[in-house]
Parts: sequence; C-alpha cells; structure tokens
Amino acid sequence: MRYEAPGSVDEAVKLLADANGAARVLAGGTDLLVQLRAGMISPEVVINIKDISETKGITADGGGFCIGATVSGAEMGEHAALVAAWPGVVEGVELIGSTQIQGRATMVGNLCNASPAADGVPALIAAGATCTVAGPNGQREVPVADIPTGPGKNSLANGEFIVNVKLPARPGNASDAYLRMIPRTEMDIAIVGAGVNLVLDDSGTCTEASVILGAVGPKTITVDAAAAALVGTKVDEAALAACAAAASAAATPIDDKRGTVVYRTKVSGVLASRAAAIAAERARS
Amino acid sequence: MNEQPKQYKWVGTRAIRPDGVDKVTGRAMYGADLALPGMVEGKVVRSPHAHARIISIDTSKAEALKGVTAVITAADMPVADSKPVASGEAMINFKDLANNVLAREKALYEGQAVAAVAATTAAIAEKAAALVVVNYEVLPHVIDVMEAIKEDAPVLHDDMFTGGVKPKPEKASNVANRVEFALGDAEAGFAAADLVIERKFTTEPVHQGYIEPHAVVADMNPDGKVDVFCSSQGHFMVRAFCSQLLHIEMSKIKVTAAEIGGGFGGKTTVYLEPLAIMLSRKSGRPVRMTMSREEVFRGSGATSGAAMTIKMGATKDGKITGAYAELYLQAGAFPGSPVGPAAMTAFAPYDLDNVKVVGFDVVSNRQKVVAYRAPGAPISEYGVESVVDELASELGIDPIEIRTINAAKEGTQAAYGVKFGTIGFQETLDAAKATEHFKTPLGPNQGRGVASGFWFNIGGESCAGIRVNEDGSISLTEGSPDIGGSRASMALMAAETLGVDYHSIKPSVVDTDAIGYHFVTGGSRVTFATGMAVVEASKAAIDELRARAAKVWDVDVDGVVWEDGHAKPASTNVGDFEPMSLAEIAKVANKTGGPISGHADINAKGAGPAFGTHICDVEVDPDTGHVTVLRYTAVQDAGRAIHPAYVEGQIQGGAVQGIGWALNEEYIYDKNGRLENAGFLDYRVPVASDLPMIDAIIVEVPNPTHPFGVRGVGEVPIIPPLAAVSNAVAAATGVRFNQLPLSPPTILAGIAASK
Ligand SMILES: Cc1cc2nc3c(=O)[nH]c(=O)nc-3n(C[C@H](O)[C@H](O)[C@H](O)COP(=O)(O)OP(=O)(O)OC[C@H]3O[C@@H](n4cnc5c(N)ncnc54)[C@H](O)[C@@H]3O)c2cc1C
Repeated sequence: MRYEAPGSVDEAVKLLADANGAARVLAGGTDLLVQLRAGMISPEVVINIKDISETKGITADGGGFCIGATVSGAEMGEHAALVAAWPGVVEGVELIGSTQIQGRATMVGNLCNASPAADGVPALIAAGATCTVAGPNGQREVPVADIPTGPGKNSLANGEFIVNVKLPARPGNASDAYLRMIPRTEMDIAIVGAGVNLVLDDSGTCTEASVILGAVGPKTITVDAAAAALVGTKVDEAALAACAAAASAAATPIDDKRGTVVYRTKVSGVLASRAAAIAAERARS
Repeated sequence: MNEQPKQYKWVGTRAIRPDGVDKVTGRAMYGADLALPGMVEGKVVRSPHAHARIISIDTSKAEALKGVTAVITAADMPVADSKPVASGEAMINFKDLANNVLAREKALYEGQAVAAVAATTAAIAEKAAALVVVNYEVLPHVIDVMEAIKEDAPVLHDDMFTGGVKPKPEKASNVANRVEFALGDAEAGFAAADLVIERKFTTEPVHQGYIEPHAVVADMNPDGKVDVFCSSQGHFMVRAFCSQLLHIEMSKIKVTAAEIGGGFGGKTTVYLEPLAIMLSRKSGRPVRMTMSREEVFRGSGATSGAAMTIKMGATKDGKITGAYAELYLQAGAFPGSPVGPAAMTAFAPYDLDNVKVVGFDVVSNRQKVVAYRAPGAPISEYGVESVVDELASELGIDPIEIRTINAAKEGTQAAYGVKFGTIGFQETLDAAKATEHFKTPLGPNQGRGVASGFWFNIGGESCAGIRVNEDGSISLTEGSPDIGGSRASMALMAAETLGVDYHSIKPSVVDTDAIGYHFVTGGSRVTFATGMAVVEASKAAIDELRARAAKVWDVDVDGVVWEDGHAKPASTNVGDFEPMSLAEIAKVANKTGGPISGHADINAKGAGPAFGTHICDVEVDPDTGHVTVLRYTAVQDAGRAIHPAYVEGQIQGGAVQGIGWALNEEYIYDKNGRLENAGFLDYRVPVASDLPMIDAIIVEVPNPTHPFGVRGVGEVPIIPPLAAVSNAVAAATGVRFNQLPLSPPTILAGIAASK
C-alpha cells in the first residue's frame, strides 16, 4: 500500500485517476482506518487530502458558508456564525463519535462513506447544501443529496473527490435541527435519524420545510409529505402529529441487529416531529 | 462513607497504590507486552459453524507457507478422561476443557478453536490460519435455553444424561444436571399467604467485557521446562490446567502473572495458554498469542442467559411465607453453568421458613460459560428482587420496609444450608433508607427502583511471605493477581500489623516457582484470604523480631512484646531496655541468627457473607423507549474497607456492569447460530456518558473471622442493579417487563402492548 499527500487539487485528481479505482481518499480516517484494519478494503494507494489548501477552513460565502472537505467536526462546532445559522447541520456532525473522533472526523468523509446511518448527512441534505467535486474534467457543483447512492456507495467517478461543501444563504427566521436515536448516549450507530430545516414568515407560519430521515432505508429518505404537513402551519401540535405520521409512513427500515422494523417506523415519526419542533423553536427565537 | 476507626493507622486510608505509576505511564507489562528473542506469533483457527462434526483437518498448505513454524490440532494434545478433577475448590472436567481449547470431534459453537498456527510474523500467521482446511459436516444447532431443553432439540453430547435425577434418563439430552433443595414446605407457605405472585423471567448471556483481551507468551525449553507469561486471574490455575491438559509436571511449568486489564471472572480458565505451549514445543521458539476483541466475543465465555419462574407469597403485613424458584441456566457448549450458586443465593437475603429451589444446567451451541462476578447470583436474585418489589407495591408497603420485615440476620437459617453469623444486611437497608436520594421526589416519566443482593464470599488457599530487609524495609510476596488494587490492601494490612510505614513495604505478586499454591483471584476472596495470610506472615515475622530483641537483651522471648513497630520489654520486671525498632533489629540480624522473615501458607476459612442494597432512578422516554439512569446509590457491607477508594471502585464498577446487563447488553445470533455483534459497537456496554456518578456508601459490619473484619466486595455490587433498574423502569412506565435487556425496542413494545 502506498501513501500520498498531494499539495494541490490537480495533483490529487491525477493520483486518483492514475490509480484507476484502487485509491482511497483519506480525510479524518475514522472510517477508512477502521475499514483497513478490519480487512474490508485493501486500496493500493491512500491519498491524504489534508495538505490541500482548498480543503481547509470555513469561510462566509455570500450569506452562506463554504466548508472545506477536511474541516473536522470540532472545528465546525467552534465556528459561532456557522452554529448560529445552521445549528442542525452542526449538531449532526458533532454527534459523530466522541471528543477524540471529533478532532479528526469530517462531514465530507461522513457523506462519502455513504452509511445509511450517517449522522452528518440528513440535516445537510435538508439544508439544500451542494458540494464542489473536482475531477479529471475540472470542477462541478453537485447537490450533496446526489452523493450517497446506497450503503457504502457514492456517485463520485474515478479520479473525483469533494473539495468543499456550500451551505446557502438563508433568511433570519429560519433554522434546522437533527436528532438521532441510539440505545446509548454516544459511540453508537443511529437506529433512526431525522433532520429538519424550516423557514418561517414574520407571522410564524412555516413557508418552506424539508424533512430527511436517516438509517431507515438504504439511503436517506426525503419525506415531502412530512414537509407539506408543516408548510402553511404554525408548526403546532396538529402539524407535528401529521409530520410524524407522514415520516413513519415513509420509513422503509429493515430488521437488523440494531433495531426492528416496528421500532424504527414508529421512532421515525417521533424524531421527525421532535426535530421539527426544535427547528421551529430556534427559528422563532 | 466511614473513616477508619481510631485504632488503625493504615487500614482504612486511601494510600496511593504501589502499581499506579507504572500503569498510568504505560510501563506496566500486560499479557501482550512481553517480547522474547526469536519469538513467533500464534493464531487460532476457529469454527465458522455453531455445531459441526470435524471430518478432517488438512494442515499441509499452512505448514508449507514460508515463515510458518508450527501448526497444531487436537491430535497434538493428549486425550483427557471425562471425569471431574479437583483443582483448588473447583471441579474441572478436563475432557471438556480440552475440547473447549481445541475441538476434537465436534465444534460446538461458532468461534471454537479447531487448530492453531505459529509463524514469524502475525501477518503470516493470519495467512497460514486461512490455509488450514477443515472439512465439516454441519449439524443442526440450538442457541436458546428453552429451545435446548425441548424433546426434539439437537443434542450436543450424545453421552450426556441428566445428572441429579432418578432413575437415570434413558435418552441423552442437553440438560446436564438438576439441582434441588428445600427448607420447610413451600406449598404450605403459599397456602398461608394473602398474596401470591408468580412470574416468568428471562435474562440474556452477557460478557465480562474486560478491556484487555486474552494474551500469552509461552516458551518451552528443549529440556521440557516451560515458562508462561500471561494475563489471568490465577497463574496457579494456568499452571494446573496446562499441566493436566498437556501432561507436564507442575514443577516444570513456571507461570508469571502479567498485569491484568480486567477479568471479572472471565480469566479464571485457559484458552490460549495450552495452545501457545504446544506451538512453542513444536516450533522450538517462544510463542506469543493475543486475541482480537472479536475473538474475545466469539471464543471466550460469557455468563449464562436464563429462563426462570419465581413464585413468592406474603401476608398482608408483608411477611414472606413461601418462596419457589425454578431456574434454567445456559452453560454454553459444555456443562457447568453457575446454576448451583444461582439457586443458593436466590432467596438468601431473606429469613424464610418455606423455600424450594430447582435448577437446571443446560448446554447449547454457544461459548462455554465462565465465571462473571457473583456467578449466577445476579440472575436468580433479579427474579426474586423483582417479585419482592411487586409484592411490596401490591401490598402498599415501602420497598425497603418489606425487605426489613424479612431480612436475614444473625442466626437466620439460610435455605442453602448455613446459619448466618454476624451479617450486615439490615445495616445496608437502614443506610439506603437514610439517604437523601431515597427521599428526593421524582418528576413525570421517572421511577425509582430498590433491590438488594447477597453473595457468600469465599476463602481458599493463599500464601504470603514477609521479608525484613537489612535496611528495615519490607518485601511482601504473595500470589494473587492484582485486579482491584489488592497489592495496596496487602501492604496496608502488613503495615498495620507490623506497625511500620506503608511506604516501606513493597508488595509483589510473584510467580508459581516463588510461592505456594493460590486459588484464583475471584469470589471476592483476595482481601479476605490473601489478606489473612499476609497478617499471619506478618505475625510470624513479629515473633521472629521479638525473639531477636530477646536475644539482644538476653531475656526470655515471652518478656518481649511488639507495639507500634517496636520490640519492648513486656514489663519493668523484664528489665529497663530502650525499645528496638524493626529497622534496628534488622540492622543486627546477622548477629542474632541471620535473615528475618515470616511466612504463612493457609486455606482461609470463615469468609463473611455480604449484602448490598441499591437505589436507582430512571427516566423513560415514552415515545422512544430510551432509559436514562438519572441517579444511582449503591450501599454495601464491606465488613471492613481496608482501602475505601478501591472498595468504592469495586462497588461503582459492579453497579455499572449490572446496569449494562439490565439495559442493553446481549448477544445477537443469525439463523445459522453465528454471532452478529462481536464487538463493542453493537455489544453495548454502558459508556461513561450514559451514567451518573454512582454514589457508593460503605457500611462496615466486621467479619469476626478476619483480623480486620474483611468480608470481600467484588461480587455483591453486580447483583442488585438488574432488579433495581428494572423495578425503576416498572415504576416509571407502569409496565413490568420481566425480561432483560430493557433495550428501547423492548420498552416501546411493552408500553404499546399495555395500552
Ligand atoms: C469510534 C467511532 C465512532 C463513530 N461514531 C459515528 C457516529 O456517531 N455517527 C456517524 O455518522 N459516524 C460515526 N463514525 C464514523 C466516522 O467517524 C464518520 O463517518 C466520519 O464523519 C468520517 O469522516 P472522516 O473524515 O474520518 O472520513 P475518512 O475515514 O477519512 O473517509 C471516509 C470515506 O470517505 C472517503 N472520503 C473522505 N473524504 C473524501 C473526499 N473529500 N472526497 C471523496 N471521498 C472522500 C474516504 O475515501 C472513505 O471512503 C464513528 C467512527 C468511529 C471510529
């Protein structure tokens, strides 16, 4: 196995393209190293992208934010403006692992690893985020929702990697939230995850909503019916109950060692409505 | 927390542990830390099947791989007799043990060792292990205990006929043994009751979850002498088991105890050690073997899962009139579940006239059960403490009150046989009742549970040596692997007895060549039994020190007393001599007879039973079934806390393990009998953020047979949490689950079903 640490996007793209599928990008390594040790993957080349300046730092970007692909969860949590604007996105990423893991793990690594249970992803999709993908044919902007395609699979082509993620500008009375269910309090994999992003008007009526479920299907589920149940309401109890029912109806979980179909279906609704209530509360204040 | 009584200078203090610095700086040598010149790495080949006949094993490809130094199978091991042999206090069937460390005819669980290889690097060993071709005939398997006792269940051992029943059954079955005992007449007891409650319970097998996986280095010399360095709860146990399994004389095997990163009972047997010795013999090199975490889960023992029925009756005013328990405990692949202690402890906290207990030891296709803190007791006492709680709430009696009404006390005849001497159960109830915790009001969706627990505590063989060095410092030797801070406790007891500074004593756990036989570190026996040996050795040294002073003064030894670390004339009649300190006597030892020491080799009797009472507050999320432990208090009678901080550590650790057992720990099998959660990600022990600080309250009702009153503390604290948590969940939800673990899906399903 070879290790490379290119200093530029182009160099990284060339190394990736030359390896022809036998390379792996290394960001925080908190998935990659575990998979290497467990013998699940055996790449010929590991390409550390942390020396590439474009992958670093969080910058304000026309009212929104540009977050480098190698920014760790801890860095996101310490960025006051980002936390104020996108508390749900940040809390999803901050749930990953523990203090030690937070110092390493990245949101983009979480996205590319494409676990259906990834905690950093539902709120990010709910936020309508996009990412910059660099490849042999230059760079393209892609909605983050299009990156994961199934358990452990993503849509990046040979030679491509993600340079950064962009969160859009948003009005004042908007907010988001992410909740997950695990049997413990940390160091566990979500049985259900729910990310909700809301915009309210001046009267407190919801004008836009997005509800995304994690861990209850092969990839995240965008629940339009749950969003529709919130739009046009004051996000009151009736609306939350309708949101919960729609989320439960949309969940397509499986029985596995982490949870049952019955349990995950019910809790999908519980978490979606609770996340909606938290997002609304945040948007109001 | 109690401070030490005035008369003690060292006992009861929170002295710094002698092994602490090495442990926090990473210097301490654990099982995998030894490297010897020329050492090779061993690796186990494990069965992928839950139940399969081994048709053939082809090792030729593995042997041909460059770098491989040895490959072994059961054919390299002597065939053992199938009869129990006394090994310390335990009866061991070495045929079963041999099959468990290396399967001969059948693999009886997924993960059972079937062969092992050694190679110059771990990577080559791994490759070689994959090249060992085992031809299996897969057989039907059975995992669950109640499935295993069915008529048509696949039978694991066709020569196993249920023991303890007459006449001997005609058909082999998975029920290895039946135990029964009774006191009075349980049926008459139920007839006299105003309220009888009968419930069925299930618990899942749980792993001890020690942080350090099994690890060993073994080196067999060309002349047949063997050195073994490993992490275990008893290096004398390792010596005895390897000697029996491999037919090597004990005197030829020297076992050195590595530091141990937890055992909790799980390291009271051997897995890798005999394999490493065989690989070393074959390869002529030292061999190191270490298990991965996955191997620990698949290949080492858990404690039993169980199914049971508990029936208890009481009068309106809370007096328990009759009690019955029927227990089915999983033994894993070979007989030997802790059904005996489970049956004996079940009702032991209570002073009852009418008791009957029946227990069954049941084999199934899972890892051979091994001890886990208070083996068996958490299981049976969980059922009993749940029913006691239900009796209390049905009768409108406070849960501590109903236990007080029925509490065993001095003179109580326990159903399992003994008549209790001085015990401190009531004192734990009183202390629990007096806590601020017990009186604090609860909020919505919150509940409080109380439960108690009993463990015998044990004595057994221990030895100690006190050597007074030329400068007056003390070398203290003993042979109980130090799991919970016992070296500190031994030094404290020696310091107290000798009347010298704790810091002048260096305690060491020495190898099997250097001291006499010790039973394992287990059963809460070390501070009691090895402590007793240390005190006796110290007293023997004192007698010698007195004799030396008598010589210097030219008086009769009876005229010399030992006080506060000094030899003194017993009275003015003896003469007017300046007291001689231990150091002064040591300085002139060469003129008075040579080196000074004291030794004791004992089989300690008179272990003091111990009780605990726990209070647990939980909050249950009614929509997700998630349980949060809000507050937890654990009260326990330690007899005497030699080192209160380590007693509290034991109480807190035991409580946490019990909470894990209650809430989320379980083995998950697929339909082929393969374990799906062989790792800490999905085998969910509690993490630090799951728990509040456990408040440990030490009660001290001294054990009269121990010089300082020690009872032992390691086992009791894991017993009450199962019922304390489950009673709290019942209070919070209004639903009695009667099954563990209380994982969120179980709770949510239970709440839904109750509506
Ligand atoms: C102890 C522990 C606890 C954990 N807890 C959680 C948890 O609670 N929730 C959760 O969701 N996850 C958890 N994880 C998983 C992991 O930490 C996260 O998925 C994390 O976000 C991965 O980020 P990383 O930077 O470490 O990714 P890496 O391991 O570096 O990469 C992950 C994958 O993405 C690819 N990749 C990374 N960056 C890029 C890029 N810029 N472009 C293209 N491909 C890329 C890599 O090649 C690899 O395949 C945990 C892991 C551990 C070890």
